[in-house]
Amino acid sequence: MIRAVFAAVLALTLPAQAEIPIKEVTSPGGITAWLVEDHNIPFTALEIQFRGGTSLEAPDKRGVVNLMTATLEEGAGELDSRGFAEARDALAASFSFDAGTDSVGVSAQFLTENRDQAIDLLRKALIEPRFDQAAVDRVREQVLSNLRSNEKDPGTIASERFDLLAFGDHPYASSGDGTVDTVTALTRDDVVAAHKSALARDRVFVAAAGDITAEELGHLLDKLLGDLPATGSPLPGAAPWLLAPGVTVQDFPSPQSTVFFGQKGIPRDDPDFFPAFILNEMLGGGRFTARLMTEVREKRGLTYGIGTYIVNRDHADMLLGQFSASNDKVAEAIKVVKAEWDRIVSEGVTPEELEATKTYLTGSYPLRFDGNGPIASILVGMQMDGMPMDYVTTRNSKVEAVTMDDIKRVAARLFKAADLHFVVVGQPEAL
Amino acid sequence: MLGRLGAAVLLTLTLPALAEEPVTTFTLDNGLNVVVIEDHRAPVVVQMIWYRVGAADEPRGHSGIAHFLEHLMFKGTEKVAPNAFSGIVEAQGGDDNAFTSWDYTAYFQRIAADRLDLVMEMEADRMRNLRLTEEDVDTERQVILEERAQRTDSDPGALLMEQMRAAQFLNHPYGIPIIGWRHEMEELSRQDALDYYQRFYAPNNATLVIAGDVEPEAVRALAEQHYGPLKPSDAIVPRDRAQEPPQLAERRLVLADERVSDPYVFRTYIAPERDPGNQAEAAALTVLAELLGGNGQTSVLARALQFDAQVAVYTSAFYSGTSIDDATFGLAVIPAPGVTLEAAEAELDRVLAEFLENGPDLAALERIRTQVRAGEIYARDDVEALARRYGEGFSVGLTLAEIEGWDEALSAVTEADILAAARKVLDRRNAVTGWLTQAEAAPAEVTPAAAAAPEVQE
Repeated sequence: MIRAVFAAVLALTLPAQAEIPIKEVTSPGGITAWLVEDHNIPFTALEIQFRGGTSLEAPDKRGVVNLMTATLEEGAGELDSRGFAEARDALAASFSFDAGTDSVGVSAQFLTENRDQAIDLLRKALIEPRFDQAAVDRVREQVLSNLRSNEKDPGTIASERFDLLAFGDHPYASSGDGTVDTVTALTRDDVVAAHKSALARDRVFVAAAGDITAEELGHLLDKLLGDLPATGSPLPGAAPWLLAPGVTVQDFPSPQSTVFFGQKGIPRDDPDFFPAFILNEMLGGGRFTARLMTEVREKRGLTYGIGTYIVNRDHADMLLGQFSASNDKVAEAIKVVKAEWDRIVSEGVTPEELEATKTYLTGSYPLRFDGNGPIASILVGMQMDGMPMDYVTTRNSKVEAVTMDDIKRVAARLFKAADLHFVVVGQPEAL
Repeated sequence: MLGRLGAAVLLTLTLPALAEEPVTTFTLDNGLNVVVIEDHRAPVVVQMIWYRVGAADEPRGHSGIAHFLEHLMFKGTEKVAPNAFSGIVEAQGGDDNAFTSWDYTAYFQRIAADRLDLVMEMEADRMRNLRLTEEDVDTERQVILEERAQRTDSDPGALLMEQMRAAQFLNHPYGIPIIGWRHEMEELSRQDALDYYQRFYAPNNATLVIAGDVEPEAVRALAEQHYGPLKPSDAIVPRDRAQEPPQLAERRLVLADERVSDPYVFRTYIAPERDPGNQAEAAALTVLAELLGGNGQTSVLARALQFDAQVAVYTSAFYSGTSIDDATFGLAVIPAPGVTLEAAEAELDRVLAEFLENGPDLAALERIRTQVRAGEIYARDDVEALARRYGEGFSVGLTLAEIEGWDEALSAVTEADILAAARKVLDRRNAVTGWLTQAEAAPAEVTPAAAAAPEVQE
């Protein structure tokens, strides 16, 4: 095999470390945010996360945080839905609101030239949403349409079935979008209550990047968030892990089977997290050189793509994977996945494989910080994960510090082929 | 657009705007066009090579070969071991991928700026030196068939769109899916791929875009070094494809599938594209799509069908004019529960007729102009997206001035331009209307999905 010319350059030094000057800003009112100032382009990207998200809901109010979040921009203060949208567009600002399993997220981008007006408008949506009955009902119909669509989407069916098997009566066991029944039954009062419980100052994380100074950001924070309630609803407790090993098949009329699989994972603050992270990258990272991509796609042509993920929710840690394969091939693909799960424990990895994965991870890390939008988003995520500000500069050395011994030990600890559960949605043959 | 890996790219309307970042262009002696976009904020570079050949240039009966070759381009050369291309890029901290459209095929890497030399050498190498074994081709054919199964055959909405496109284009190869028809994909051979490769992959049929933390002179030196020695192809001729005749009869399709949740109405009209020398009409259609269906609260269709009449839960309008030949202008309506597709479509047509009568709301037009202007600022935050704009523009024959003048063209659109473009395009004789409906789940019934079911063998 010819590896000559290009393999030789692997010895090159690594790219420069990311130089991301992060400041912590505390507003006069006591709200903190992380900031990267960059005055090259006259706009600011702002990211806000409220911890809790759809997991704050009572079982009979499932979907209320999602409905509330989707209705925030449908009228606020003196503006109705249309007035709000017109005002936003006239400022050329963009706002988006997202209800997640563990948090409600707000992303905003606004021009320097009309920043105050844009923040006034965003403040209205966060503090004074109207939740007009007509708007709630209209958005509810859109949510219901999505729910009906999800009921016929094999990927959603598979992941929801998996969550149900894993999490018992914890909120993680069901979709945060709710069900047709729960969403239909939600009232405007429920939506108003969800707003008070989910958007509060005791759970907010903020990051900004772009054309704004620390002082300007401080004042902006008080104006934007200062009038939110001090506290919100209590967060849910730890989730149980009830997933038994095995295969669950759900019939679905499709030429392909969609497969969602996984086992228990590893906490973000575990001392073994970095070896586990590197191991997952080698086994099922979404890249073409990962073992599963090589074995299932490149060598056997059984799928278009396969990946595995270390997933750390606030109350559960998982190792998940997914792929699709034709009904007559899915059994073989599952066999290959199990074999690879075993092989990384029994045979381990080669020093070259570890080295190549490390140089990918360390080399690609600085490339993530390539714009105001991406930077603000990474910074708010770091705060949610409890990272210190200097994580940006220490992260690569944590990757580099992982040894072959670490890999061997953690592979045996992490990958349990016998624990894997596969949910298969389709009409698989020979399963 | 189809990628080697990744989520389907939906047609969404954006209001493109070009950067104030410095852009430099030059051409090598062998015909390779080079575009350099500087952005020195982060030590990152994107290399993209855009070949001016795509699915619409395939030999008839060999649909999918453009996209299949895109996959096979990662298989190796004399210098790069089989399947090692991506691994070499990844070991340097970079990512790489590729995508295919009707008019172009593009390959890209995103990597630390000091690694540009390496990825240029590799990209230049595989422009002329690809090696393919029969085994590579056989395995990768299974992958593209799985890709088709995942992205098209498993999705009734995608199947309807594929059928509608085939009905929309009576004569032009834009009616053939990029991924290919399954029965033709199954027959694609190593020789098909090599013939296509040797004819079309050459410096005089490509645009190289380098964007990020680079200096134009340094890029020029590297480009001369790596791409300069490559021989041009003498088989490159202007792309003169079979054109559409006048479309005289409305076409209507119904696709019933048990996997459909909410039925919907989808309509496309044949529409002019951005023509070299005249992109004013395409600019008017871009603004028209934004006015009709670009905004969930304020657009004409949302106001009429979701707010006033409440006959729809979702409406949309879309148009993308960056193509060599005719484009399409599209509309979609998901009816509210209890509203039939027939009633929803009738409302859609009523609202369109009203719009053609009354013209656009001038305040809405002014807001769009503001967003176009602001878009120039926001666009500078994403140099990769800028690289795509230049690469795509050059690949469909636009000039630098036209690519950079697109914002100006959008800002110059008047009420009269919009009405003229709308009256010309929104004519149902030019249109295909598709209904996606629920089918009863019955084992004996042959649904379109079942009809398309794979007969893939190991």
